[in-house]
Amino acid sequence: MSRFVEVIRTGPLALLQDLGRPGYAAVGVGRSGAADRASFTLANRLVGNQPEVGAIEITLGGFALGTNAPIIVALTGAPAPAEVSGRSVPHNSPVYLRAGQVLTLGFAPVGLRTYLAIAGGFDVPPVLGSVATDTMSGLGPAPLAPGRVLKLGHLPVEPGSIDVAPVAPLGEGPVTLRVLRGPRDEWLDDYSRLGKTRWTASSQSDRVGVRLEGQPLDRAPEYADRELQSEGVVRGSIQVPGSGLPVLFLADHPVTGGYPVAGVIRDADTDRLAQVRPGQQIRFQLED
Amino acid sequence: MPDQGIPGARLLRCGELGILVEVTDLDQVLALNDLVTGLIAQGHGAWHRVVDVVPAARTLLVTTSSSTAVPALRTDLAALLRAQAVQGNLTIRGGRGPGATTVEIPVHYDGPDLEDVAELTGLTVDEVVAAHTGRPWRVAFGGFAPGFAYLVDGDPRLNVPRRSSPRTVVPSGAVGLAGPFSGIYPRPSPGGWQLIGHTDLALWETDRTPPALLQPGFFVRFVVAGEA
Repeated sequence: MSRFVEVIRTGPLALLQDLGRPGYAAVGVGRSGAADRASFTLANRLVGNQPEVGAIEITLGGFALGTNAPIIVALTGAPAPAEVSGRSVPHNSPVYLRAGQVLTLGFAPVGLRTYLAIAGGFDVPPVLGSVATDTMSGLGPAPLAPGRVLKLGHLPVEPGSIDVAPVAPLGEGPVTLRVLRGPRDEWLDDYSRLGKTRWTASSQSDRVGVRLEGQPLDRAPEYADRELQSEGVVRGSIQVPGSGLPVLFLADHPVTGGYPVAGVIRDADTDRLAQVRPGQQIRFQLED
Repeated sequence: MPDQGIPGARLLRCGELGILVEVTDLDQVLALNDLVTGLIAQGHGAWHRVVDVVPAARTLLVTTSSSTAVPALRTDLAALLRAQAVQGNLTIRGGRGPGATTVEIPVHYDGPDLEDVAELTGLTVDEVVAAHTGRPWRVAFGGFAPGFAYLVDGDPRLNVPRRSSPRTVVPSGAVGLAGPFSGIYPRPSPGGWQLIGHTDLALWETDRTPPALLQPGFFVRFVVAGEA
């Protein structure tokens, strides 16, 4: 009999993710992969998987799955309260489920994305070497839906490496992200205003990008009527379109963009950006 | 200050992991892309840490897996730009190299905007088809969707604006025009290009290696389907 888990509920969005598809940008395929890579790789480490093994990315919580086999799972990222057959189970720690048990997640009080890794991974056919669902290009498996059966994988597991991981808790307060200047900072009238403005993450945010609300940034007069020819962009790019309200690129960002990128968020800080909820404040610490 | 190599070329920082090389035209981008992909294939020094190279109209983005590789790559890229400026090689690409791949694409010229394109260009429908098939196009860069390629160097009379309102769904295989570019939609997507026909060729197949039919630097010859 094959070992599998069955998705019972998904909440707003649940996707398979790994570390994505590096190396295909020139043909229009973005990297995609886990939005919060630090939490994703931690979940894998907790169950003894290699760090890049596919896991489930759950937005806001509200997820449940059953299993027909004994499994070891770990939950990381946004602390959605979790129960196994009615008994509360911890975050950032391996959890054991017996065959027939059900794991349910409530809604996370802080943070945005919870990662659920299972020891041995999932047996899902990769697309271009990855099981990540790219919401921009449509590559990879379909978003998870109730009734979806996922066969369990047999990838090598090295148990016992860590039991509980110390993780800085996510909060509700302003999140400060470090920013490196450029490449197109000269298109802004006053680059320093990016760092002085209190920005708020808009509800129009997803895996492609986090849109900000706040006092719009002005273009430098010499660039006011110019159009940038599309150019390659990276995760963490702070793109400033004509509206003057920045868009912060996340995992499923387009490969190229036609608006100037004034600065780029430090790579490690883009994982914290992926946990910012709509309505939460964002501040930029401008480095030179 | 940015490293100066050829006039107008700049190396711009793109976060901890990226370098955006800005040059003055597409020929320079494609020549640089050839040189850079060659260095990556050889894998010398910091070049084995390169993750992606993204050519665009005026820029080449190079991204790495580690910020420690960036200073060495900057040095190499600056040297590359200087050496090429001395030798003048960055403009060679305008001609067709002997080894360039040419892909023939049969097109049914039955697009919904064919009449509009004729009107916009002052040509007859037959003349639009003759212009589109009359000379090879060159694959400049991708980026809009998996397998999509911006084609350049076509007949300049076919330079038409995008539609004033984009279509919500353009079918897979649709052949379009926009500004100096021609392109083929690899899968159904929204789009504002003027559609002049369609092809039955698969532009993108994930289980093919490489999955994209058209690679930067390739030449494309459109032919009228059934007359090839």
